[in-house]
Amino acid sequence: MSYKVLAEIIQEAERERKSFWEIILDEDCRESGLSREESLQKMSAMYTAMKEADSNYDASARSASGMAGGDGKILEDFRKKKNCLIGDFLTKVMEKAVKMGESNACMKRIVAAPTAGSCGVIPAVLITYEEERKISQNKIVEALYIAGGIGEVLAESAEISGAKGGCQAEIGSASAMAAGAITYLEGGDNETIAHAAALALKNMLGLTCDPVGGLVEVPCIKRNVSGAVNAIIASQMAIAGIRSKIPPDEVIDSMRRIGDLLPECLRETSKEGLAVTPTALNKM
Amino acid sequence: MQLFDIIGPVMVGPSSSHTAGAVKIGYVAHKLLAEPLLRAEILLHGSFGATGKGHGTDRALVAGLMGMKPDDAKIPDSLSLANEKGIEIEFGSISLKEAHPNSVLLKLEGKGRRLEIVGESLGGSIINIASIDGLSANFSGDYPTLIVHNMDQPGHVAEVTSMLSHKSVNIASMQLYREHRGGNAVMVLECDQEIPEQAIQWLKNLEGVEKVTYYSLK
Repeated sequence: MSYKVLAEIIQEAERERKSFWEIILDEDCRESGLSREESLQKMSAMYTAMKEADSNYDASARSASGMAGGDGKILEDFRKKKNCLIGDFLTKVMEKAVKMGESNACMKRIVAAPTAGSCGVIPAVLITYEEERKISQNKIVEALYIAGGIGEVLAESAEISGAKGGCQAEIGSASAMAAGAITYLEGGDNETIAHAAALALKNMLGLTCDPVGGLVEVPCIKRNVSGAVNAIIASQMAIAGIRSKIPPDEVIDSMRRIGDLLPECLRETSKEGLAVTPTALNKM
Repeated sequence: MQLFDIIGPVMVGPSSSHTAGAVKIGYVAHKLLAEPLLRAEILLHGSFGATGKGHGTDRALVAGLMGMKPDDAKIPDSLSLANEKGIEIEFGSISLKEAHPNSVLLKLEGKGRRLEIVGESLGGSIINIASIDGLSANFSGDYPTLIVHNMDQPGHVAEVTSMLSHKSVNIASMQLYREHRGGNAVMVLECDQEIPEQAIQWLKNLEGVEKVTYYSLK
């Protein structure tokens, strides 16, 4: 059984005197029948696939609709000019998030995390972290277990699909997962990890899913950027010592209730919002 | 949901339901046909037809029919690959009765065999094979699956289940359907272990059993 609340993972970690990521590794071994080594190897393969997708970015590729492609290169060129207001780290995160979202739209191989539409958030944060901080890949793999554990709780107790819970459930979930992962890498304890996830998710509550033409392109690709950057600011707040005033599991429960209340026209049906603007209708 | 459904799967984009799920439907159909594909008529229903083109659903289905899995980088090129192999592909649209919004009817022709399958993509990359040759089926393609078409008469279920018991194969789920009393019937068994080839052959020779189809994960 997957964990239904983050508090349970933290309690289990304290009881077993293990770290958050090891509790999720143990749980995967119990559920899937994989050995510890097999599970670690599989997670490592997921990270390798993320890095391959990042380095295989093709700036000339365009999606079938013609709406997606090329923006990742624009951000890369911008970063290399060294005049960005927000610094290299964040600009690189933005660039990688756009690149992955565009690769997905152009039918390249990506890793759904938790969904294909939100596939840019977690790799943008983790690959940039590995490149800029020069840490070992093992550490990143451990961080992915934390992201996965948070994602499991979100899937169990709320939603992770746009059709059910709106964009908050996809990009919001990915952002919370990435926030937890990077907080671990920055040395945060389990409590801090959970609060980073909560702070990230709170910023995404209520986000609707209204994609132009029903395609995973507009606004999805750039939402990956805001999800990734949001993960980092949430994590930095938590590392600095800020706590979510609403406990993490209550934030997750709020997302579920908000998702249930979202009208169907704003849950991946393209019947409202951006999808029915004159420009969107004109393009389709 | 399991951990590697959250971090993963590795797949070709853009959509887990309209791309990865579509590849999987095609792949299961490819395994069920179990011989080289010569001709495929692909009839898209609902959202598969409406937004399928932008999601590459057409290329995804054909890639699956050619034996590719959802992470195969050649998926976008499947239409030209099929063309090179001389496989005849025809697309159309259809309105299926009581079908999931993401459904497809596949009419396949191999060397000696024809197969008709309705596949549904349920979200995530989870799929359901809703019917085979016009009879209800309902299986996910995540387990080794045995499909037996037989006459609706006493004893066939017992024959199949006792054979599985002898081979130490555990049944994860089992469904029975029939057209009408005494007519055509089908049983669909999802199993925890693979069924040995000779056991499948034995089933094929049983009286009253008309067709045995086996979907292996190997």
